[in-house]
This record gives sequence, C-alpha cells and structure tokens, in this order.
Amino acid sequence: MRDDKPPGSDITPESLYLRRRELLKNAGLFLGTAAGVAGGLMLLTGRRRGSSADVVPDAGAVAQPVVKAASEFDTSEPRTPYEDVTTYNNFYELGLDKADPSRLAHLLKPRPWTVTLDGEVHEPRTVDIDQLLSWFPPEERVYRMRCVEGWSMVIPWLGFPLAALLAKVRPTSHARYVAFTTLMDPEQLPGQQRAVLDWPYTEGLRLDEALHPLTFMAMGLYGRQLPAQNGAPLRLVVPWKYGFKGGKSIVRISLTRTQPFTTWNLAAPEEYGFYANVNPAVPHPRWSQATERRIGDLGRRPTLPFNGYAEQVAPLYAGMDLRKNY
Amino acid sequence: MATTPHPWLNPAVTVGGLAPLVLMAVQGPGGGLGPNAIEAALNSTGLIALVLLVASLACTPLRFVTGWTWPARVRRTLGLLAFTYASAHALTYVVLDQGLSVSALVEELTERPFIFVGFAALMSMVPLAVTSTNAWVRRLGFPRWQRLHRLAYVAAVLGVVHFVWRVKKDVTEPMLYGAVLALLFALRVGEAMRKRRARAASAARNPA
Repeated sequence: MRDDKPPGSDITPESLYLRRRELLKNAGLFLGTAAGVAGGLMLLTGRRRGSSADVVPDAGAVAQPVVKAASEFDTSEPRTPYEDVTTYNNFYELGLDKADPSRLAHLLKPRPWTVTLDGEVHEPRTVDIDQLLSWFPPEERVYRMRCVEGWSMVIPWLGFPLAALLAKVRPTSHARYVAFTTLMDPEQLPGQQRAVLDWPYTEGLRLDEALHPLTFMAMGLYGRQLPAQNGAPLRLVVPWKYGFKGGKSIVRISLTRTQPFTTWNLAAPEEYGFYANVNPAVPHPRWSQATERRIGDLGRRPTLPFNGYAEQVAPLYAGMDLRKNY
Repeated sequence: MATTPHPWLNPAVTVGGLAPLVLMAVQGPGGGLGPNAIEAALNSTGLIALVLLVASLACTPLRFVTGWTWPARVRRTLGLLAFTYASAHALTYVVLDQGLSVSALVEELTERPFIFVGFAALMSMVPLAVTSTNAWVRRLGFPRWQRLHRLAYVAAVLGVVHFVWRVKKDVTEPMLYGAVLALLFALRVGEAMRKRRARAASAARNPA
C-alpha cells in the first residue's frame, strides 16, 4: 500500500527553498572572486617567467659548413639546451625580463649589417657581415658562460677569434684598448626607447685581452645562425669575464689609446668594474659570487676563478690587485 | 541565525590567493617555470607577498574613502596570504636556492643588507600572523592589538626596500609599490588628523 504524499523528510523546507537562489548567487560570486584574485596575481607574475613554451624562431643553419676542429679550450661539461640558451637572455635593448628578448627578437633585423673597424688601426674599414663570414669560416667553441647575476650556462658558439679580425686591420703602436659599440636603433631595439642604461651599449677590453686566443666573435650557436636574442649577427664572447662584457649586435670595433667607457661601469661603477673577471673571492656588493647555478641544475656549484680559465688568462693580470680592478 | 554579508568573500579570496602558489608547486618540477625555475619561484612568491601585504594595508584607507565595510572583512585573509607567500619565498631561498647551507646563509644574512632586510620583513610579520585570531584580539585588547598590527607597515616598507635593492637596474616597479604605500599612509594620517579635529571641536562645544 502506498501513500501518494511524499514522506515528510522529502519535502524541502520553505526557508531552504527560498535560500536556493541566494546559494546559487553566492556560489557564482565565490567562483568569480576566486578566479579574479587568482588571475590577477598570475597576470602580475606570469610575464616575468622565461617560459620554455616561448616560440624559438628557427635561425637557420649557418651559411658555411662548420670547420670542426675541436678547440683545445672546449669544455666537456654538458651543454645547456638550445631552448634555454635562446629563451633565457639578458638583452636590455629587447626588454628587462629574461623572456623579453626571445619574445621581441623578430624586431631585430640582422641583415643587411656592416661592422666598422676604426681608431688606432692602419687599415680602417667597414665590412659587410657576410664578407666577414667568408673571411672567417665559423669554428666551434664550447665555453662556459657565467652571468654576474649568479647563473651559468655551457654554450657551443660558432665564430672566430677576435685576434684574427684585428690582424686584418693592423692596430697601430698606440692602440692599447678595444672599444665595442652595439646597434643603436630604438625601432629594432625598443628597450632603447627608455633610458634604463646609457644607449648604445658599449664594452671594452685591454688590447692583450682582446688578442687572447679565448676571446671570440660569435656569429652562431649550436650549429645555427645566432638568434637575435643572443646578439645577432655578431657578438663578443669573453669566457673568463661576466657575461655583460660580451656586447651583442656589434656595429663598431674601435682601437683606442685610453680605456673606453663601458655601459655598466658608467651605470654603477661600484658594482660593475671595467675588468669584470669572474672572481668567486670578490662579491658583488649585494650578492655573493662564490657560487652559481648552472641553468638546469637545482643546486649551486662553486664558481671557479676566471670561470675555470685561470690557467690560460691569469698571467694577463699578474701584479694587479683584482679586488680593486674588479 | 544572523547571516554574514558576503559569506563567499573570504573563502573566495583564500582559494584564489592560494591558487598561484599551488600552480607554481605543480609546474616547477616539470619545467613549467622556465629555465631558471628557482629564480622564477623566488620572484613570483616575493612579488605576490608584497602585493598582498599592500592590499591588506589598503583595506582600511579604502573604507575611509568609500565608506564600504567589506574591505575590512578581507583584511585578515589578505594579511595571512601575504605571510604565506613571504614564508614560501623564504623557504624557496633557504632550502632550494641555498641548499640549507648554514654557512652560506649566515654569510648572506650578515654581509648582504638586502637579504637581511628581507629577513627582517618576514620576522616582523610573524607576530602579526600569530596574533591574527579573534582570541588574540580579545587577549591583547583591541587598542594594543591595533598598535601591534601597525607593524604591517614596517613589513611592507622593508619589503619595498628589499625589492629596490634586488633590482639590478630600473627601480620603477619597486618604486611604484613605495608610492602606493606612501599614499595609503597619507590617507591614514589624514583620517587621524580629521578625527582629532572632530574630537577637539566636540570638546570645545561640550566643555567638561
């Protein structure tokens, strides 16, 4: 026998029935607010991540076949993945965050491009970048790179020793320093629209440093043309110095009698010296330089004097106080 | 039964506020935070901690300006979230970045003012987190509790100094937070002066 009326326990109390609408409204407000707070916070922090999802433009293979003579300076340490080398960059002309340069790389046009060699040289000249490539078929150098910020990479560069290029223009007996000037063009390098640093970026080396066989002009990496975010089409690589010494997208190389002004040294002389040799014993005023994190590693490793190239370059600084000449 | 207005507000802010931290913990090990995951985690947790702390400090001035009462109800949640992110930031630094190396940490704390300032900011938030419960408000009495919780401004100022010091170049962003803090402080000072004038005026009308 059945009762047509539902049992009393099934009847929704009127008060609850009336609250149903309010509950639904509150659930909607809850979800909206939670999503808003979470979304806002992630928007705030998301852009500063160098995401591996960033598109790495394929720079294409180098024009010439690689002359692969294993360099005596090559390190056998594991190479930092191409993706990390090309998406985690300091190139303030293309943005202050590490992910900005790869994102804005398409703005920089590495062709046509010329490099001017002048100053204290017997044969000043302006050279087309492809002419340069034909003079110096690229060789590979697998170098450690240590950033002043405390991270490091291992990068297989393609290029040629700077000494070979300097020999072409024959420095005069007055030449004591080499100054590097990088591209000034706020259209291609939008970071230059703000006076974060004194543009164009300039760097410099003592002539004996510039002539050292380790000092390298890179035009590619990992067997490919140099991507814009890594300083296409021509950049300086000085593996025993902090990364900022390696000027990117170079347009002028001048031999000088006096020590050239360099960008970071002008911006913060007490923090970034002219020499900027990797030195675990001399801390940056705000952080230690004793250890570094190799990109891809979780922990830190001890930093080596002259970034592990002490055997080759320490004699360049014999008798100098490297605490003063940091 | 008295219903609280906006019952969804605090749960929603808590869930939404914790979501980025949970996402970071999930993404980090898989490489989702980019080539330098520890740096990314440090930057994100530090920035979110500062933003939430500033947001919690904005609640009361926002009430002065708008007359709304709901900001005061999320203040505690925002403050505790800020402390959670500041703790995550410090733990990431101590455990993942420095690998729990006591000697390295002692050197950093004693020789790098920028690390010390960050440490001081976190430490000044500890008593605030501990006394965030209603029981502690009763135990201390509201005026004393309120005075203690002005430490939140100290923590925020130290947080901004820590941020300015960390930046290699271009201090625009940390200075922006400094400017917001200065504005919030000015609003409070203005309100305090208005109250004092009102009291003085009423005292003049009703001499004791």
